[in-house]
Amino acid sequence: MMEDYVEITTRPIRADEIVGRLASPKIGAVATFVGTVRGIEADERIDHLEYEAYQEMAIAELRRICSEVKARWRTIQGIAIVHRIGSVPVGEAAVVIGVTAAHRPEVFDALRYAIDRLKETVPIWKKGGGRWISED
Amino acid sequence: MRVNVLLFASLREAIGRSSIALDLTDDATVRALIATLGETYPALAPLLPSVKVAVNRGFAKLDQEIQPGDEVALLPPFGGG
Repeated sequence: MMEDYVEITTRPIRADEIVGRLASPKIGAVATFVGTVRGIEADERIDHLEYEAYQEMAIAELRRICSEVKARWRTIQGIAIVHRIGSVPVGEAAVVIGVTAAHRPEVFDALRYAIDRLKETVPIWKKGGGRWISED
Repeated sequence: MRVNVLLFASLREAIGRSSIALDLTDDATVRALIATLGETYPALAPLLPSVKVAVNRGFAKLDQEIQPGDEVALLPPFGGG
């Protein structure tokens, strides 16, 4: 079984590096989601977002998402989720998720589930243009 | 008992501190902790209805009892991704 990989980092995230972590001869499909910082927030131009995390719990919740994905989709081989914190400039990735399997159908569903759950359950916050931003 | 409460994001900014020590009765629940916080720190009160509470880095229900030494954290609405 492929080891999952979760990380919270202050450095820029490289999607190709994360895909590389999931490499395995068993996989024939890799789906990646890259969430980037938008330059407009609530109709105002911004040049960066400031992210913070409750790091220990965020890591635990990211691991839980990996477990949930593998429980729902038994054919998923590996999951990697990396979230950046600190100042993230417009256009750069705040989060990258990679999901792998032998064949393609389930990677799309699993990837969608992983990013939706991340937004619901992982204690990470962002501030832009002087406001804390949440989808709640 | 005295419990240390971690504050994040909007809560931290509201009082300018990332953690506070709170005196609670020995059988205090998460619900009681939130009520005590609102009374002790009025600047937090308007933010409390939308917070989730974590005890020992897991989501806690309102009727969960807090134990001495627990790590309690107040979590405003998330903005990950």
